[in-house]
Amino acid sequence: MTAYIGKRLLAAIPVILGLSIIVFLVMKLIPGDPAQALLGSYATPDNVERINRALGLDRSWPEQYVIWIGNLLHGDFGRSYILNRPVLDEVLERFGATLILAGASLLICSVLGILAGIASAVRQFGWTDRIVTFFVLIGISMPAFFLGLVFILFFAVQWRLLPASGMYAVYGGGDLLDLLRHLILPAGTLAIVATGVVARLTRAAMLEVLRQDFIRTARAKGLSENVVIYRHAFRAALVSVIPVLGIQAGFVLGGAVYIETVFQWPGLGQMLVKAVSTRDLLLVQGGVLVAATVYVLVNLLADVAQAMLDPRLKA
Amino acid sequence: MTDMSLTPPPSRKRRSNWQLLMANRLAAAGLFIFGLIVLIAVLAPLLPLPDPNITDQPNRLLPPLSERHLLGTDHLGRDIVSRLIWGTQISLIVGVSATALAALFGSLIGLVAGYARGATDSILMRFVDMLMAFPYILLAIAIVAALGPGLLNALYAISIVNIPFFARNIRGVTVSIRNREFVDAARLSGKSHAAILFTEVLPNVLPVIVITMSTTVGWMILETAGLSFLGLGAQPPTADLGSMLGQARAQLFTAPHASIIPGVMIFVLVMSINLLGDGIRDVLDPRLRSGALDRPMPVTRIDRRTTPPAKLTDAPALVVDGLSTGFDTGDSITPAVRDISFRLGKGECLGLIGESGSGKSVTALSLMGLVASPPGVITDGAVYIGGEDVLSLREQQLIGLRGARVAYVFQDPLTTLHPLFPVAEQIAEAVLAHNRVGKRAAMARAIALMNTVGIRDAESRAKAYPHELSGGQRQRIGIAMALANDPDIIIADEPTTALDVTVQARILELLQDLRRERGLALLLITHDFGVVAQVCDRVAVMKNGEIVEQGDTGTVLRAPQHDYTKRLIACVPELGEGHGFLDRVRPLFEEART
Repeated sequence: MTAYIGKRLLAAIPVILGLSIIVFLVMKLIPGDPAQALLGSYATPDNVERINRALGLDRSWPEQYVIWIGNLLHGDFGRSYILNRPVLDEVLERFGATLILAGASLLICSVLGILAGIASAVRQFGWTDRIVTFFVLIGISMPAFFLGLVFILFFAVQWRLLPASGMYAVYGGGDLLDLLRHLILPAGTLAIVATGVVARLTRAAMLEVLRQDFIRTARAKGLSENVVIYRHAFRAALVSVIPVLGIQAGFVLGGAVYIETVFQWPGLGQMLVKAVSTRDLLLVQGGVLVAATVYVLVNLLADVAQAMLDPRLKA
Repeated sequence: MTDMSLTPPPSRKRRSNWQLLMANRLAAAGLFIFGLIVLIAVLAPLLPLPDPNITDQPNRLLPPLSERHLLGTDHLGRDIVSRLIWGTQISLIVGVSATALAALFGSLIGLVAGYARGATDSILMRFVDMLMAFPYILLAIAIVAALGPGLLNALYAISIVNIPFFARNIRGVTVSIRNREFVDAARLSGKSHAAILFTEVLPNVLPVIVITMSTTVGWMILETAGLSFLGLGAQPPTADLGSMLGQARAQLFTAPHASIIPGVMIFVLVMSINLLGDGIRDVLDPRLRSGALDRPMPVTRIDRRTTPPAKLTDAPALVVDGLSTGFDTGDSITPAVRDISFRLGKGECLGLIGESGSGKSVTALSLMGLVASPPGVITDGAVYIGGEDVLSLREQQLIGLRGARVAYVFQDPLTTLHPLFPVAEQIAEAVLAHNRVGKRAAMARAIALMNTVGIRDAESRAKAYPHELSGGQRQRIGIAMALANDPDIIIADEPTTALDVTVQARILELLQDLRRERGLALLLITHDFGVVAQVCDRVAVMKNGEIVEQGDTGTVLRAPQHDYTKRLIACVPELGEGHGFLDRVRPLFEEART
């Protein structure tokens, strides 16, 4: 297993390098003089020249890239001119809040989606299946930002059950219970939208597995239907559901952008949207790169979990 | 020249696809709603609408159903109906254009990568993989950040982010097409690569492009609306559905209708597209149509025309009487086996022989209700185990007999053993299903059984997974599993077909020994008269779902009554016969072929 994890880790390195190349290239899309764009209204000729030299913008692209990567490896993601602090500090601080939100959503959507998918496969064409299929359809068609607003209207304004914004109460609070109260609406919204895909693919995987020869063998042994479904079929279906959960990790990380904006959640997504409107490009660059790297690592985790479930994959 | 399998089906078939789609009420509803929305959006310039951008401060935030403003006004007093229709038009145009752009570039990458293969392929696909390694919307945000907020830039960003889906799908199909005969022919005729790509390959890939477009367009509308909602897409005064929602958000508490109306519109639009897309996919996926993805029930459906007596006195171990099983095709039941009757005593071996498709396996699986159902149905007859008809039992009782009184050994042990559980655990599971013993005792019994069936180092092989064992060892595990509860009857369905000849002989020997030692009744299903001659006391010959002849093995071999039996017997080659074998056998099957 250790060897397998090592192999996967090594394979992740070129992927992360590739991510950095794409982020680097995207930043080269900036129309006009990049130093001018970076500086915005601070772009005096003197400043522009200073920035060009400081960022090495007078060199060739490959040179620039190598210098940039070297700086990144030293933890130097540059400085946010708007916030006047190192990009990495700001990104890491914000990313904690996003991880809580995205992690909770991923957990909820995995559990709900898998349970709903199994229930709907087991009672295929029955009422449970129809109800699940209906909610799946709503989930994949519903804009997360709209659902969030609707939830605020009902849960926060109409019924006054849950707070509509922020991560902690402004006065007092700050404990775990307070965090959970603030987490329910945003994480719930994001999870509902993400559950549909998990439920749909779990259902398909279960139906596929239930047709396999080894399920007939399990039945021929005289195992009860519950053991056949929840032990034999589910275990095999889980192997193909795990990568879906990895992909959903990317979905909730991205969807967090909307949710954080709607619920004023002080995370990376909110920071990115603000940074785009203030043209704080180094902050955008750093934020996207960190989030994408974490996404790659989560998928690596999914690969490892899959190999632990299926011994055939380790070879 | 085009490939027949991928060209659009002839018009009669296409009509039936259309009819199938319309028969799906949800898909029809989706098409209707989507059509209506598109129609209204297209007709927007002709409709008697007020200018969507005329502000009217005194009449701001009017509620729906106000005079002159059916859906009220927004925070600047602009008419919401008008803004909604014009906004829908923009959202549709942007979403569809983004889809078209992604389809164009993605397909191009997929076509070139799949056709060129080699280094071009790896470089292009690595690049596509990198794009996919980003959390979906974040890359789009980075692109908008660099290009600057705006509807057009949002459109580019969403297109770029969606290129990988097209590139991957199209590459897959292209790879499968590039080596087909008609492409080779075009190459030999001296056409350039570009000409081949666009005149030979592209027409055959087109359906896949269209399907991918129809499944992603809903997504793209949702994501462009999302960027606009964040203020990164449409900039005032231009408004799409997303930016309407984003601007109205500030008045969420005082005038919720201004937010809810565009939100519901996005939802209805995307939902109608998804309903339609799902419907199209269901129609085009042959597996869904054939019911191949239906969930099989624990016991085959039993729907017998007659009710046979539930008990039989003085019966041997197994009596099958007038058994018929068919497959439900929706409007009728196609019979698979008809009126099967045979008896099998303790310690006896009956061979059930016939060519593939003759109904041997369906017969064997019917005995314990293991025929996959749907579509399987047992339509008549009885199966007496120890004189009791198992098809009259309640479901739980029948399941209780499986593996306990009657055990199965299946054909290909690689697919019939669970791939993710260690083999000893799978044997122990059979023990635990019918005995109140601890897990440890069950494992000990499993290892003892592995020794019984001749697996060396049973202790150490216990933790092995099926894929780590050889074919012969796997089949021994299958047999050990069948023996777990000392059954009276073992049904072995082509137990040696997937194995080497030498391993075959050893597995048959093992089954013979076990039968003698334990007094097992063995029902051996095979297509090989050589095996029957070697092992079976009696034999029943099946053809087209019926037993055409049965009797003592010796008698049947010496004096076969049925023509088909004679031919099957002739099919056992003799050593040293050489080419003579085929010459001898061929005339026997002339009749069957015509």
